[in-house]
Amino acid sequence: MNAPGRVSKWSWLFLGFGFFFLYAPMLSLIVYSFNESRLVTVWSGFSTKWYGALMEDEQMLGAAWISLQIAFYTACASVVLGTMAAMVTTRMRAFRGKTLFSGMITAPLVMPEVITGLSLLLLFVSLSNWTGLDFARGMTTIWIAHVTLCMAFVTVVISSRLAELDRSLEEAAMDLGANRFKVFFLITLPIITPALMSGWLLAFTLSLDDLVLSSFLSGPSSTTLPMQVFSSARMGVSPKINALATILIVSVSTIGVIGWYFLERAERRRQAEMQLATKQ
Amino acid sequence: MSSKPGAWRRLLPGARWGLISVPYFWLLLFFAIPFLIALKISFAKAAIAMPPFTDVLYWVDGFPVVKLRGENYLYLLGDSLYINAYLSSLKIAAISTALCLAIGYPMAYAIARMVPATRNIALLLVILPSWTSFLIRIYAWVGILKPNGLINNYLMSVGLIDAPLKLLHTPIAVYIGIVYAYLPFMVLPLYTNLVKHDHRLLEAAADLGAKPWQAFLKVTLPLSKAGIIAGCMLVGIPVVGEFVIPEMLGGPETLMIGRVLWQEFFNNRDWPVAAAVAMVMLALLIIPIMIFHRSRAKEMEGRLS
Repeated sequence: MNAPGRVSKWSWLFLGFGFFFLYAPMLSLIVYSFNESRLVTVWSGFSTKWYGALMEDEQMLGAAWISLQIAFYTACASVVLGTMAAMVTTRMRAFRGKTLFSGMITAPLVMPEVITGLSLLLLFVSLSNWTGLDFARGMTTIWIAHVTLCMAFVTVVISSRLAELDRSLEEAAMDLGANRFKVFFLITLPIITPALMSGWLLAFTLSLDDLVLSSFLSGPSSTTLPMQVFSSARMGVSPKINALATILIVSVSTIGVIGWYFLERAERRRQAEMQLATKQ
Repeated sequence: MSSKPGAWRRLLPGARWGLISVPYFWLLLFFAIPFLIALKISFAKAAIAMPPFTDVLYWVDGFPVVKLRGENYLYLLGDSLYINAYLSSLKIAAISTALCLAIGYPMAYAIARMVPATRNIALLLVILPSWTSFLIRIYAWVGILKPNGLINNYLMSVGLIDAPLKLLHTPIAVYIGIVYAYLPFMVLPLYTNLVKHDHRLLEAAADLGAKPWQAFLKVTLPLSKAGIIAGCMLVGIPVVGEFVIPEMLGGPETLMIGRVLWQEFFNNRDWPVAAAVAMVMLALLIIPIMIFHRSRAKEMEGRLS
């Protein structure tokens, strides 16, 4: 809508309701993480003891460390593979099997994870069976599953940036004699860096959050944080999980808001520069 | 660099195929082939062995023999549990997609009409929850809905009810959880679509005598069709296979096929039946997935040209 600012009272009311619905549950988690009582939702006084209890929970901390490692490596690999896939979908003319390729890169966005998780597990089991090699379930298999899921999301982020990018910059560099590699690393890559960063963050949070794929593909010593949270949440609500939730919500929102602010600023500056450049 | 066809090959022979083959090979090996393996194993039979199923393909006197057992599929058809689980998953997905659309459309519409500065903040507020843990946001609802949870405590303290209502482990709780978790996936594609509309079309409609609601029905709604399709597919398809939400918020009577698959695999350790459950689910979802893929491909084409 190019007529901004015409938001009716009803729309504001609806938005307010929508945001209340989205945020009230998270706020309740945070408030009750400081509750003294073991009964999570009965307020009995302010306390930070559940944070202390969380810090002493070796299992929870170990699982958090495993999850952070997997998320880091997943984000790095997804950005590399996602950038390649985005270049293929936006910059290359048709090739044999492009339909299959674009199908395989969009399907993970909506495919239920129980299907992908189970199928991937069956692949590893069959591979071990046929080759005699040991494709043991563990951090590596979880990483492979996460990369397959996350690279699809990263591809969406990066290819929408590539689609908006002014082609004439790349073409000018090529006319001046730069080869494809040079053009990519000197022109394209610096311009899409913000998209690479948001893709990296998105992959990191997706991986950190995944329960279903990890459950199918984990081995005895690779329990991830969501798996640990899930098994204790099944026992009922626990103030320790509230404390963990608060830490996660606060850190993710802080990183998210800061990252968003800088990306937004970089974007605005870039647009201003582009405008200047075209005026001259 | 479609503007100069052949340039890839001329400048750096092999670079083009190098770029294509890495992600292609990865997706083929870890996304496409696993489905074929699962399809194969869905025709096997559970066995006490490692891996816990019989071989579909084995060798007799040097000749390969393929033994496909349709038993698992017959078993799914014969037991009403599975058929009911499929039907109820589809029903839950359809209803919660409609609910997401009903809440998400007005939100996306309002955000799209804001001034750019407010718009960006509102958009961030929509996306932010989906960055924080999905599992933990579902867990938050357990604390709100349980018998001595926030809603019941509040209602009892103001004297509206004497005994706690049963909210947790009900279908309503499952719907709340799904709408809560998937709402951003509905709002985002709708917003992307609505923000591109030209408001002069609405002015023209008004000049020609259309009332605002008529202009909405005749102009805005048809123009936002692509956004509606993308949003509904992004919500509806994964919800069919949802496991976490029915497991944490639903009762034992909340049948969803993702949960059934999980139990077959982890509790009953019947991998071939779990594979058959997955394959039937995939068959049900393949057409919606293709619709989703087509709508995305069309959008990309529009942006590239």
